[in-house]
Amino acid sequence: MEALQLYWWLLISLLGAILVFLLFVQGGQTLLCASKTEVSRNLKVNALGRKWELTYTTLVVFGGAFFASFPLYYSTSFGGAYWLWMFILVSFVLQAVSYEFRRKPGNVFGTKVYDAFLFINGSVGCILLGVAVGMMFFGADFTVTKGNILDGASPVISRWGEGHGLREICDWRNLLLGLTVLFLGRMNASLFFINGIEEGTDFARRQRRSAIVNGLIFVVLFLAFTAVVLLADGYQADPAGKIVEVKYLYANNLFTYWWLGFGFVVGVLAVLFGLVKTILNVNYRRAIWWTGAGTILTVLCLLLSLGVGSTAYLPSVDDPQSSLTIANSSATSFTLTVMTYVSVLIPFVVAYIFYVWRKLTSPALTPTELDHEPEAY
Amino acid sequence: MNDLITTVDWSRWQFALTAMYHWLFVPLTIGLSLIIGIMETIYYRTDNDKWKRITKFWMTLFGINFACGVATGLILEFEFGTNWSNYSWFVGDIFGAPLAIEGIVAFFMESTFIAVMFFGWKRVSRGFHLAATWLTALGVCLSALWILVANAWMQYPAGMEFDPDQMRNVMVSFTDVALSPVAVNKFFHTVFSGWVLGAAFVVGVSSWFLLKKTNTRFALDSIKVGGAVGIVGILLTMWTGDGSAVQVTKVQPMKLAAMEGLYDGGYGVKLVGFGILNPDKKPLDDQDEMIFDISIPKGLSILANHSADSYVPGINDLINGYTAVTPAGDTITSLSYYDRIAIGKKAQQALRDYTAARDSGDQAAADAARRALNESYQYFGYGYMDSPADAVPPVAATFYAFHIMVLAGGYLLLFFIVIAWASFKKKESLLSNKWMCAFGLLTIPVVWICSEAGWVLAEVGRQPWTIQDILPVNAGVSAISSASVQTTFWIFVVVFTALLIAEMSIMVNFICKKTKQEILNNNTEK
Repeated sequence: MEALQLYWWLLISLLGAILVFLLFVQGGQTLLCASKTEVSRNLKVNALGRKWELTYTTLVVFGGAFFASFPLYYSTSFGGAYWLWMFILVSFVLQAVSYEFRRKPGNVFGTKVYDAFLFINGSVGCILLGVAVGMMFFGADFTVTKGNILDGASPVISRWGEGHGLREICDWRNLLLGLTVLFLGRMNASLFFINGIEEGTDFARRQRRSAIVNGLIFVVLFLAFTAVVLLADGYQADPAGKIVEVKYLYANNLFTYWWLGFGFVVGVLAVLFGLVKTILNVNYRRAIWWTGAGTILTVLCLLLSLGVGSTAYLPSVDDPQSSLTIANSSATSFTLTVMTYVSVLIPFVVAYIFYVWRKLTSPALTPTELDHEPEAY
Repeated sequence: MNDLITTVDWSRWQFALTAMYHWLFVPLTIGLSLIIGIMETIYYRTDNDKWKRITKFWMTLFGINFACGVATGLILEFEFGTNWSNYSWFVGDIFGAPLAIEGIVAFFMESTFIAVMFFGWKRVSRGFHLAATWLTALGVCLSALWILVANAWMQYPAGMEFDPDQMRNVMVSFTDVALSPVAVNKFFHTVFSGWVLGAAFVVGVSSWFLLKKTNTRFALDSIKVGGAVGIVGILLTMWTGDGSAVQVTKVQPMKLAAMEGLYDGGYGVKLVGFGILNPDKKPLDDQDEMIFDISIPKGLSILANHSADSYVPGINDLINGYTAVTPAGDTITSLSYYDRIAIGKKAQQALRDYTAARDSGDQAAADAARRALNESYQYFGYGYMDSPADAVPPVAATFYAFHIMVLAGGYLLLFFIVIAWASFKKKESLLSNKWMCAFGLLTIPVVWICSEAGWVLAEVGRQPWTIQDILPVNAGVSAISSASVQTTFWIFVVVFTALLIAEMSIMVNFICKKTKQEILNNNTEK
């Protein structure tokens, strides 16, 4: 059972890591307003527009997989941090139509409104998804009492304090992670534009400058967040199942499970390599592959460190015994086994996504192609 | 308690709003994906550029609609957690799996290959593009499959048992969940109805071109495909609809009684073809059920059991309990709702006793309580109710939704018989006749009303249950204030309505623009 729980925590972490990388779409949406010309703006929109559904789908699958494998998290977090999740969802709803509608005649609200929607989704989506992950480190104000199901007058199992997610949005540590994710997305988007769009040297120069500025801000924010996490205390289930507070738990996890710490460092170095090479080499276009792989590896290791060693991956600051660990919140062995059989399909899914990605991004998008594309966004 | 009830009501409205908006877009996606696949296959096989242009026209409309379906679908999935958190825990071990499989198997397929559909014409081979189009259609169907498996499970909770230690239901048979007769029937009924809706849309829009006397060849060729899909779709929808009625009779007899406004059942029961319910009628009172009705003798018995003289219980029979003889000669007995409520309360008490005994280490008492719980768990959800009236769904909404669906379905059958016959017999003057074109346009709203009515019947008729007999809606809700849910409800009303207006405006604008262009001879469309 423990192996199944860990396996599904690995898959959830992997989905989360891929999602954070794919948030370059959101990061790119916040850069549209910095476009110098209408052509460059439309090129960016269309380059991102061929990927937005992948980000969107990854978010949906992340939610579905969390529901299936750790239903108590789904029940507790979504039902409790109501406003946090509703803001995230509404921002993604606005995104879903904006690409398709923005330049279509008769779109009622005009291109600028849809571009504003893209900006809202880009900024709000990144920051609040960061807040949602931040809660997993720094906790939230909730209790879980399964016996409540028999209370006919008020049969709700998971209860949150006042605010229903608003307090968590205002927590500076969660916001720090949110801003880190936003600037990571903006850096990766700039590198994606360098790699995927061919529109002359001025465009490339502007994207390179954007990548460097956003990348440096990201590095500062990331270092600050890493310091906060490594110095933070966490909650962990002891052998008897009682949740206890542990000093420097997340730092301990990265040392105790050295391969996680190693992967974390390698991931960070890969991101830095991509950024530094972009700074040093004016003609370098493939940095997105380094920063992308580094992002996935770093986030994967961070999320994995939340689930290993009976760590509470959603600590309750109100009642530590209500904290969620992968052991106390997972689906049954039977359900996890069924889904494990289904997960055999994942390599095939990844393979065809990768194949199609390459087909649609190579060669790079040009203004000429856009002019002859009736379905252009 | 009052705020809980208000929260439950607003959460129901919010979910209903999201689901109904979602269902405005999804069936068109299902239907158009098939029709586009057929059209592109014709292009692939004939290499006739005309069919590429026809395919691309409908593909543009598909894309505009797809975006709204995706937008509303996201909210729908997460609302299980945000608004029905208790439900998410209580049955998440079973319900979550289809959603996860839906994501892994279907959503990625859809979202990956739809990009090839739209942007791959010049980047991939014709064969690969065709494969991408069909894989998108397959992804759409697989998405529908898994969410419908999940929905069917809520109507007929199979393949599970209750685990008192975890205070939740757990899955014990995945095949029972995925292949339950209710799930299989619901899937096909829903997908086929999507074909009908897509076909009606294609025929309706094409009729507009015929009415305007532009792009006639394009319109007639589109109608040929739309008519064929429509006639096959409506026949299969009716066939699976009949299967749905049989399943409802078996697993949700209260829904069947409500959809016919039947309070006092019996043997050889009539089917109301058209009728007006008595709005003052309540369960167990002496008033007439109907103010007016035109009925088919023994029709409901035939619909429910495929046997003209079979027994169909009414709402009062279900509340009071009944004994009847089946067409096979077996005697069946149904417990009264008074007994079910009593047994449900016993089940809940047994669960309390079990928990207390387990916590105090009294194994014998725990075993006894667990046995009592297992014997009575089937009626666990009734323990949340105070009176049998609580277990009766809104009869008027269920009744009218059913009859609107059936009447509209009958109209659609006639419509597609005429369209399919005329298009295959090349009766182009009939198809271009202004009255026929007007019918084609009129059919667009009719098919949507029919489709939405089907879901109103399925979901309102399920009330008050989230999980049939196991969990009523008031025990499945999240602990959030009703004010919060009211606020998000109105936000969604505004956002979804704005999206719908924008989508319709873009579609109408696109179609009207094309009436001034030659779709089959426009070089910019190549």
